[in-house]
Amino acid sequence: MTTSTTATTAPQQSEGRTRFYQVGSFAVGNRLLPEVRSLQSSRERNNTLTSGHRACQGCGEALGARYVLDAATAAAEQAGGSLVTVNATGCLEVFSSPYPESAWRLPWLHSLFGNAPAVATGVAAGLRAKGRDDIRVVAQGGDGGTVDIGFGCLSGMFERGDDVLYVCYDNQAYMNTGVQRSGATPPAVRTATTQAVGDAPGNVFGQGKDVPRIAMAHEIPYVATATVADLHDLERKVAYAMSLHGPRYIHVFVPCPLGWGSKSSHTVRIARLAVESGLFPVFEAEHGEVTGVSPIRRQVPVEDYLVLQRRYAHLFRPTRDEQTIARIQAIADRNIRRYGLLGHPDAVPVLNDEVTGAASTLGARADLNDAPKED
Amino acid sequence: MLREIEGSKAVAAAVAACRPDVVCAYPISPQTHIVEELSRLVKVGELDSEYVNVESEFAAQSVAIGASAVGARAYTATASQGLLFMAEAVYNASGLGLPIVMTVANRAIGAPINIWNDQSDTMSQRESGWLQLFAADNQEAADLHVQAFRIAEELSLPVMVCMDGFVLTHGVERVDVPEQEQVDAFLPPFQPVQSLDPKDPVTIGAMVGPEAFTEVRYLAHRKQQAALEVVDRVGREFAAAFGRQSGGLLHAYRTEGAETIVVALGSVTGTLKDAVDTLRDDGVPVGLVALTSFRPFPEAAMARALAGAGRVVSLERAFSLGRGGIVEEDLRRVLWNRAGEVALTTVAAGLGGRDITAASLVEVLRRADRGELAPLEFLDLDEATVAAHLAAVGPRTEGAAS
Ligand SMILES: Cc1ncc(C[n+]2csc(CCOP(=O)(O)OP(=O)(O)O)c2C)c(N)n1
Ligand code: SF4
Repeated sequence: MTTSTTATTAPQQSEGRTRFYQVGSFAVGNRLLPEVRSLQSSRERNNTLTSGHRACQGCGEALGARYVLDAATAAAEQAGGSLVTVNATGCLEVFSSPYPESAWRLPWLHSLFGNAPAVATGVAAGLRAKGRDDIRVVAQGGDGGTVDIGFGCLSGMFERGDDVLYVCYDNQAYMNTGVQRSGATPPAVRTATTQAVGDAPGNVFGQGKDVPRIAMAHEIPYVATATVADLHDLERKVAYAMSLHGPRYIHVFVPCPLGWGSKSSHTVRIARLAVESGLFPVFEAEHGEVTGVSPIRRQVPVEDYLVLQRRYAHLFRPTRDEQTIARIQAIADRNIRRYGLLGHPDAVPVLNDEVTGAASTLGARADLNDAPKED
Repeated sequence: MLREIEGSKAVAAAVAACRPDVVCAYPISPQTHIVEELSRLVKVGELDSEYVNVESEFAAQSVAIGASAVGARAYTATASQGLLFMAEAVYNASGLGLPIVMTVANRAIGAPINIWNDQSDTMSQRESGWLQLFAADNQEAADLHVQAFRIAEELSLPVMVCMDGFVLTHGVERVDVPEQEQVDAFLPPFQPVQSLDPKDPVTIGAMVGPEAFTEVRYLAHRKQQAALEVVDRVGREFAAAFGRQSGGLLHAYRTEGAETIVVALGSVTGTLKDAVDTLRDDGVPVGLVALTSFRPFPEAAMARALAGAGRVVSLERAFSLGRGGIVEEDLRRVLWNRAGEVALTTVAAGLGGRDITAASLVEVLRRADRGELAPLEFLDLDEATVAAHLAAVGPRTEGAAS
């Protein structure tokens, strides 16, 4: 994939400069090329999670789930089969299934908060017993359901080699219950149970479960991370995961405007900044070995990512907390070293970034000024 | 086929004859021999089933839930701490209307930890929405599993078969193990009411708010009441097909002319029959009601069985701390319109595996017949130990088990 500043359709003109619909995506125009067109751009998409559900505006989890399940359904159908899904308790479950309505257009089962991987194991075992190897199983949950309360079941599912694709939508806290800290909440983040008060405001440093790496330690066939900033990449990973059997794990970074205190319109941008800063490494691994990374095209300081979210506001107001910002930067730098995210020769410099609003210091800081200031 | 066999193995053979599609296993005494035997049967190819070794009882029930939701016949077994560990999923299975069958090898709940038999574990799940059938002996334990799958699938509700840990699970006795052909004739293949089918996508486990939750609960209540007829009928059909009485709602033993009737669940009913015989020989008019279907509770059948009694003794292998009998509460409802005429008392017995001897039962029933029982008594309580302890630490006996 290369960055393109030309498009096959007439670009919008604004103040004499070219502006594109997918501002800052590094992928302008790609959605127009048939061979790389996303499934979502097709009228044939499944709409497994259809409109009318009750997610907040700009919900990254809703966006991610729709892409994941449409891609998984398409992959299953291409192989002549079909899909069922198991959902943990959490925002995704609650906003999609208020009785007597349902936003699901595929067979969907919600049992409990902490048992989605085990229920999926049961679904897979039941289907195998019934000789239905054409029906594939996807389980999904939030980060709390996955890394905390459902973790034992997840590890058991990995270890047994059950034929389930498990997708974690990581919005870095318990959102459904009102934004409390989870085992995936990053350091310094303000949540309802790690408040921005006292000597060390927000979540403590040194905690947080890196479940993709723990999944890799189980040496399962496939582990991947992805974000809602690169939906092509997400679709591709889901499709690839569906071509494999056994336990597979995809960890999707999904900003949550409500919990993060970010603008609904910034969901995709924040996800991109998480990647471009190195805070959320995007990679894939097979049988415990990293097989590919999404290189950072142009590194941005973590600050660009932090300033767009009120959950980090205490790092900037009333005074800048240089020390904490530096510690977060160190986490990003370590990720960059660990996965070799920089220095890839195919990384192409971004043109016009100020204008496109691409991940640039300037573009992000401009947003700080009009970000909502009250908690 | 008549065999001299351990209770657990008889149960495993009966379960295997029911052809479960998925068996979920996590070990806890005294349930282990059942799932061990099933694993062997699967390994040697005698049972064609997905055998899933899970990482906890919570997962065991969850795997059963997933399997049942795609129309697979699902089975698991547990006891005691394991049942509590899976409790959230226990309620979920019944709420979702999934006809899972589970053996509970009844065992005490800690602390203090104790692996031996009482019925505190299943009693803690009495409001879970599962049917709870109690086996009097190993023959009934084996037979109840065959009936349980029939009942569960007919009602689309899960069924717990409760058998006393060690007393039954590890007891070797003569059991007529249900034959495969007989079971096949009795138990049709599982036809789920609703399942996850890509051809007809359904949303199972939706969120229900105040506008409909009461109705959902009320309908579940009606379904439990309707289950009484099914439990009773399947018991009779079983008797017709297999030529022996097992299951049903309850068994009355020598209740004709009985002034005092003792109500009990599980294996103690065998010893109680002997005690009743002894007392009857002495001219003491006592009888026994062995309660098989504790949930749903057969109020009408129980009222009929107790109709002639002036004294009812609820003999329980569990009790409600600080209050008293558990089954007693159900019996009180049965007897409410005879409240002035019938003396209802509770005897807590056999807690944490304490032997219940025939001699103790005979003695307590004699006293019952003479109207000497206190509202709540503990069989064979060592009064001296209790008195010494109370004298040392006073009535607030924290850390009593030193
Ligand atoms: C056993 C249990 N404990 C707690 C809850 C309450 N609860 C429901 S959803 C939820 C948070 C979900 O968080 P997460 O998994 O991160 O998903 P999100 O809502 O953020 O998408 C919690 C704590 C529950 N339903 N069950
Ligand atoms: S709270 Fe967050 S995760 Fe939940 S629906 Fe709203 S935006 Fe989505």
